Amino acid sequence: MDRDIGVDRPFGLLAELTYRCPLACAYCSNPLELAAYADEMSTAEWQRVFTEAAEMGVLQCHLSGGEPLLRRDLVDLARTAAELGMYTNLVTSAIGLSRRRAEGLKEAGLDHVQVSVQADEPARSDRIAGLPSFERKLEAAAIVKELGWPLTVNVVLHRQNIDRVAEIIALVEDLDADRVELANTQYYGWAWRNRAALLPSREQLAGAEEIVRAARERLRGRMEVVHVLPDYYSEYPKPCMGGWAARQLTVAPNGDALPCPAAQTLPLPRASVREDSMEKIWDESPMFTAFRGTDWMQDPCRSCDRRGLDFGGCRCQAFQLTGDPARADPVCRLSLDHPLVTNAVAAANEEQRPEHESLVRRPRRF
Amino acid sequence: MPNDGAAADAPAAPRPTPPAVPLSGHPALSRHVRMRFDRTRERHVLLGPESVIVLNSTGADILGLCDGHRSVSEVAAELRERYDRVVDDEVTAFLARLVSKRCVEIDDGP
Repeated sequence: MDRDIGVDRPFGLLAELTYRCPLACAYCSNPLELAAYADEMSTAEWQRVFTEAAEMGVLQCHLSGGEPLLRRDLVDLARTAAELGMYTNLVTSAIGLSRRRAEGLKEAGLDHVQVSVQADEPARSDRIAGLPSFERKLEAAAIVKELGWPLTVNVVLHRQNIDRVAEIIALVEDLDADRVELANTQYYGWAWRNRAALLPSREQLAGAEEIVRAARERLRGRMEVVHVLPDYYSEYPKPCMGGWAARQLTVAPNGDALPCPAAQTLPLPRASVREDSMEKIWDESPMFTAFRGTDWMQDPCRSCDRRGLDFGGCRCQAFQLTGDPARADPVCRLSLDHPLVTNAVAAANEEQRPEHESLVRRPRRF
Repeated sequence: MPNDGAAADAPAAPRPTPPAVPLSGHPALSRHVRMRFDRTRERHVLLGPESVIVLNSTGADILGLCDGHRSVSEVAAELRERYDRVVDDEVTAFLARLVSKRCVEIDDGP
């Protein structure tokens, strides 16, 4: 890639259009202080954000939330993103994706739809979602295929649905999806609050891994199977976001610009697209420059051979678990804080735990 | 959708090896993938669901010829007219990588 444009430009924009949502999933990664984001940007503000993003080299625009379909201007926003040449992706619970709405989005140039499914059968799915929604999701997925979009089904895996992964894959096959993302919960936002009830046991993970591996082999060429393992069980941390402020940026409903959707938790000064240009924020704001590259690292990361592979892992996770965002991600076995993770894993593997522990749900809509 | 779009960030399970590409097959971009020129990076890019691939100029030239009508060996032959040194293996290896990423489809028919 050319280096004459200074800092590398981001490839993707995650546009969190609203944090309102008809579902109440306990693994939601939206911030806990949802009310702080009620002052949502207008249509014109989002359109300016998309224009600035495309001008600075963003190639993919993910329309997400919350539930983006709760934005009445979603078709207009999708049209703007598509007209700017960005590959435009809708990430939705599918609640509110009527045929009419879908046709409007298709006509506007939306490229791809990702529909979340919570489990393979109505009772469990609706219980996890906190809303009778399973049947509507299936109907919406069928509309997505009928209108000729590529369909990705997103499934967040956790202690309360991971044992159903074979049945979940069978459902996704029935829906004729092009891709499925079987992503273990990452512990941010509401998921962090519910970690103890969501983190699966080692045995559960091993069972799921074998099933997913066999399914990937069987479905090769027909369906892409993405399997995201929980980093708590890894030896080394994930290369979070491909490095801090390296490839992606997130804009929250109120215009806050973030290197990742969880970064609002960090003790850094806010950056807002309502106050500064995207380019200035990307290049100069402390929110984006604080952990870019490797200069900020402490040991063991600073002298580690893996620092260019995983970038020290996740800053938000380091802060959440240790109170210092510049420490190594405690997931790493080389981290002095690693026991914080192994203790949580040990708790998840205790015997005599109830099958369904109680969860703190995110509020619906609000 | 929170906790849904972060797949690229977390440890992924190992991928299978790329499939072999027959010289007689007819490659084309997958229906859901677009190629366009990106002015910021001055490169062609492939855009698909959850993927961005930045191409070098040879890669863009190869894909520009993958129209579903030319065979892999015809694509390689045309490239040889443009560049001094193009071997079939380079073209098939490049296409195999994109097939495994589901960006290219190869019709095996005559």
